[in-house]
Amino acid sequence: MTSTDPCNSQQAESKANRSLPIVENFTRRAAVKGGFATLGAAAFVAAISPLRQAAKSTTAVEFMQRHYTELSPEQKANVISRLEAETKEKYGADVTIADDRPIPGTKFVYAINLSVCNGNGKCVEACHKENNHDRSTNQSYIRVIEMPKGTMDMEKGSTTYSGIVPKDDKFYLPVQCQQCDEPPCVDVCPVKATWKEEDGIVVVDYNWCIGCRYCEAACPYHARRFNWKQPEVPAEEINPDQSYLSNRVRPVGVVEKCTYCLHRTRRGKLPACLEACPTGARVFGNILDKNSNIRWILENKRVYILKEELGTKPAFFYYFD
Amino acid sequence: MSSSPVKQTAITSYPKFIGRALWLATEGSFAFYAWMTVLTAVFLVGANAWANQVAGGMITTNMTDHVSWGLYIANFTFCVGLAAGGVMMVIPAYLYDDEEMHKVVIIGEAVAIAAIVMCTLSVVVDLGRPDRFWHLIPGIGKFNWPMSMLTWDVIVLNGYLLINLHVVGYLLYMRYLGRKPNVWWYLPFVFLSIFWAISIHTVTAFLYCGLGGRPFWNSALLAPRFLASAFVSGPAFIILVMRVLRVTTGYAAPTGPARTLIQIIRVAMTINLLMLVSEIFTVLYTGSAHAAPLNYLFFGDHGKNGLVPWIWTAIGMNLVGTALFFTPAALERSHVRILACLLVIVGIWIEKGMGLIVPGFIPSTLHEIVEYSPSLLEWKVVAGIWGLGLIILTLSLKLIVNVFTDRMHTDEPAT
Repeated sequence: MTSTDPCNSQQAESKANRSLPIVENFTRRAAVKGGFATLGAAAFVAAISPLRQAAKSTTAVEFMQRHYTELSPEQKANVISRLEAETKEKYGADVTIADDRPIPGTKFVYAINLSVCNGNGKCVEACHKENNHDRSTNQSYIRVIEMPKGTMDMEKGSTTYSGIVPKDDKFYLPVQCQQCDEPPCVDVCPVKATWKEEDGIVVVDYNWCIGCRYCEAACPYHARRFNWKQPEVPAEEINPDQSYLSNRVRPVGVVEKCTYCLHRTRRGKLPACLEACPTGARVFGNILDKNSNIRWILENKRVYILKEELGTKPAFFYYFD
Repeated sequence: MSSSPVKQTAITSYPKFIGRALWLATEGSFAFYAWMTVLTAVFLVGANAWANQVAGGMITTNMTDHVSWGLYIANFTFCVGLAAGGVMMVIPAYLYDDEEMHKVVIIGEAVAIAAIVMCTLSVVVDLGRPDRFWHLIPGIGKFNWPMSMLTWDVIVLNGYLLINLHVVGYLLYMRYLGRKPNVWWYLPFVFLSIFWAISIHTVTAFLYCGLGGRPFWNSALLAPRFLASAFVSGPAFIILVMRVLRVTTGYAAPTGPARTLIQIIRVAMTINLLMLVSEIFTVLYTGSAHAAPLNYLFFGDHGKNGLVPWIWTAIGMNLVGTALFFTPAALERSHVRILACLLVIVGIWIEKGMGLIVPGFIPSTLHEIVEYSPSLLEWKVVAGIWGLGLIILTLSLKLIVNVFTDRMHTDEPAT
């Protein structure tokens, strides 16, 4: 539609000596076309006007923000104070967002005793609260599968079980991010918005993710979640103890995942799901520490690795007594 | 003007050519304006739906954490095939020196251009954060190449678009100037486009088949099946386009190319169906982990059978369409040919789209069965993408016809 101008001038240049009525006819057509083009452009602007609503929630500073690994300490501090202010503004909660980094000489590993887990689901609930998950969808990074005894085929299990647990003929298989050493989710990300840190935790920069959900398709453990809408959490329920790469309230349209509660574990505490477990089925620790409990379990117990045949090399183990 | 002996450089005359071309491409009959108005309206409905999706979050779609890709990625996959299918005109024209095909090969390239635009848009509307699109741009963003197959796809799709824009633009421009094209300016790009067309669909297949956690996609047959079906849907679409051109503009392509395309469809569709049977046999006979999604797709699982009507419709259309292509009537300009083309286009759209993307997620990696059917908003967005694609295709076809029938010069307004 923008063609009218060059044509017009071209017309004027080369055909100025031609008869007048046809030129008039030509300019009339140009005017009609121009009119329709303007009408179309106006209709387009009207059609995409809901975008203005979305643009309001994204500031220019946020739009220009660099990748987490490229931020200087000063830039990071600015980003964090901006995020804290936003949480105050949008959710009415005073929160502290830290930038917890890996502890040198640490490689975190998780193990669950399948002989002990009874499927009570306290870990699911604890994760929901600890990580500021959306309340309306009852989101959590953990799913527990109720499995019939005598099989490891998840096709025979159920995640929607109810009633009193444990049932005699069932065992329970909690699944969350396995923090793989060969993570397919990291390989597929087109913008390096997700990566594996030195202590083995796979993290997401929620401010860099473009929301293509390729990682969600690539993960064999259903460990990743997408923010289909802005998370809703009442101010009094927000966990104010947050970290940039873990449980801060996530923006809409990005992918998130279990971070082994790095805002706790990198400060020497245990993951929320472990603390909440009433059975003692969960064991967490640094596999590089020769005297650790987890090291003893992995060396002495019968250990099962979920979907080991896929070559993802999980840092998450299941064991039996 | 341009045909005058006055010396002009490409720098001044090429923009003039583009301007003139666009001016003439927007001239037409009442039917043409009506068609363009309808397409524009459909495009605007789609644009509005997408804007609402961005404003309200992707909760407005029916996708979930279980089925995290849906209609958009399905449509993307089909459009890649459409773009790649045009190469089935380029190969006979340039590798086998088919003279008649040579005359109409540019139509296939125009289809490819419109299809690539649709591909790109189908991915953009699937992004949760389209405002962060710049993160994908090499240099200013953070491009995970060569690890991520999606970055390969960005490269091959944009490359294919540029190659086709160059070849189509150059050949039309030369024709407009009345000059013989310099082979060095386009032939290397034409041969490059042959390899490139294969690559866009192979890379797109690798996007899915490289995922070990999705047994339905994790098959070495995926890329060959993609190509075989692309060489059906692409040529079928081009046959339809040639028919529409003949009816609306009177630009009658020679009969040879359509016959060649039908021969190609016969072979490609047979190979496609053979590979489908091979895949179904391997999976169902062994009853391995691959069986669950296929069972769900064809027969339903635990009382959930949302895709069953889709896939049997697709299989039915593909079989009937293929049978029609094998009748002698398909080689003539007949209704049988048109019907066959329509059947296989829709059949492959379902088979490669909904029938390929959605079962990849059902059952989920933890074997939960959560079903998916697109929301009205998703249908609107995809319709809008097709609206824009068809606008681009219509304008470029008009441009091609104008140049080929020398209307660019004779119909100048002042003569």
